[in-house]
Amino acid sequence: MDKRLLAGLSMAGLLILGGCVALVWRPGIEPVPPPTAASFAPAEVARGQVLAAAGNCAVCHTSDPGHPYAGGVGFASSFGTIYSTNITPDAATGIGRWSQAAFTRAMHEGVARDGSHLFPAFPYDHFTKVSNGDLEALYAFLMTQTPVVATDRKNDLPFPLNIRALQAGWKLLYFRPGRYVPDSARSPSWNRGAYLGEGLAHCAACHSPRNALGAEDPRQAYGGAVVDGWIAPALTDANPSSQIWSEQELFAYLRSGVTDAHGSAVGPMSSVVHEGLSALPDGDIHAIAAYYADLSQGTARHVGNSAGIDRSIKTSDVGVGQVNDVDARLYVAACAACHYSSGPDPTAQRPDLALNSALRLDQPTNLIQVVLHGVGAAEGDPLVMMPGFAGALSDADITRLIAYLRRTRTGLPPWADVEPQVAMIRKARTQAP
Amino acid sequence: MVSFQLNGRPVNVSAQPDTPLLWVIRDEIGLTGTKFGCGIGLCGACTVHVQGRAVRSCIVSVGSVSGAAVITIEGLDPDGKHPLQTAWIDRQVPQCGYCQSGQIMQAATLLQDFPDPTPDDITAVMNGNLCRCMAYIRIRAAILLAADMLRRGER
Repeated sequence: MDKRLLAGLSMAGLLILGGCVALVWRPGIEPVPPPTAASFAPAEVARGQVLAAAGNCAVCHTSDPGHPYAGGVGFASSFGTIYSTNITPDAATGIGRWSQAAFTRAMHEGVARDGSHLFPAFPYDHFTKVSNGDLEALYAFLMTQTPVVATDRKNDLPFPLNIRALQAGWKLLYFRPGRYVPDSARSPSWNRGAYLGEGLAHCAACHSPRNALGAEDPRQAYGGAVVDGWIAPALTDANPSSQIWSEQELFAYLRSGVTDAHGSAVGPMSSVVHEGLSALPDGDIHAIAAYYADLSQGTARHVGNSAGIDRSIKTSDVGVGQVNDVDARLYVAACAACHYSSGPDPTAQRPDLALNSALRLDQPTNLIQVVLHGVGAAEGDPLVMMPGFAGALSDADITRLIAYLRRTRTGLPPWADVEPQVAMIRKARTQAP
Repeated sequence: MVSFQLNGRPVNVSAQPDTPLLWVIRDEIGLTGTKFGCGIGLCGACTVHVQGRAVRSCIVSVGSVSGAAVITIEGLDPDGKHPLQTAWIDRQVPQCGYCQSGQIMQAATLLQDFPDPTPDDITAVMNGNLCRCMAYIRIRAAILLAADMLRRGER
């Protein structure tokens, strides 16, 4: 072979390799002595506390409620299980020796202090939008929490997925770093909602479908997805609720955990409302509501919506009379005492099932979850609880009940293969620790 | 350890969180006015109030009422003179009596939501509370009497 060609090829190979290394390799940031609590202004710490709640950091980073932010929560996926890390300021096992620069880089670029790439289970693809000022407050809050000695649990990922350097390739394909850029054509409130919802609150992390490599699919943004055995419904105009998610409805739901016309926040969404968003002022909740109502054109579509409510209320007493229907008897015995309402307006105390979003999703997942496991007093509406029927009704009974409700309350096509799903969801809870 | 309020008093119980509230109330705390009927939430004998609303305590896990306010028949009225209790005596409702505490607790939620209940409202809301002595006619009469007393401000 021509020596010059060989040399040229070698040089090109070296350049490509060098380019790859430059892409993959990120320098470590020198550890610092853990900053003292006195080095942060109390107002900055307080602001950081609200931001930590907006980001719902505690929910993913707390496995033992007695040791908040100490990590250890497992996230199972088709790739394996990833465990959240200790983000308390412990010097040896937490982030106590991370400087502000290291913390900001982790949030903005998904790179740990030592230079290794973080997995996108940590939603840095959203946190990259958060302003430096807010990350300084968040850092101030986290560094003034009680340090907990808790060594990070090893991820259970098979080779080669466990090679962090490969994450650089994922980032190249799917990650677009950059702060939130306000849209000057929109109101300050809309922009505030977009900044919070797209950034720290990372709503799309649950509500957007992901591709085969676990990245959110931008073409299907907010199209709805399955997360932890629950459906995070679409936040677009594809949302199948009987009533439109207007700005007022979204505000009521995100502020209180329940609305008369949609139902209550249960499952993972309950902690988003009650442990996360509850720390935010009304103005921020209005902003988030405004942004997502606009995303689905909910405000415009909301006009003339009351006929649907009237229609729904009329189904409230279906089955409670003297009807020859075994399914209706099951409904009357188990459900009607609480779910019957005679209108004229819906009330959260007597939730109208025809208005409940769970009955109208493409899959019965959320309805099965609630029928099996109920709604605890601390979940959803703080004034209404629902017992779980896991110990009371068989899979076959629950299947009948669910089919009956879909048939009599929605007018939508029946769900297929409900019983195996009931069995699967029942089993998943029994196996949970 | 689960903590909640029972009849206005804070209680801490050692039962496992998935234990039915009914057994905690009866066996651990010792209030036996709440009855076990079917154990699968389909007869209403075990009805108590959680956060002021009637629920079947046999299928409510004690863990799910952590921090909540629970009221049993013993706590419905400090003197046992809730209008429903007065009406129940006036109309001589019970026969064997076993289902009656559940009936009264359910009826209290009924009257809270429907102060002037129609026959259909009573049927729909009380349908899940069974009475094998067939005292239904007298239960209805007592509910209407109590509704009347509440409207006139009597207790």
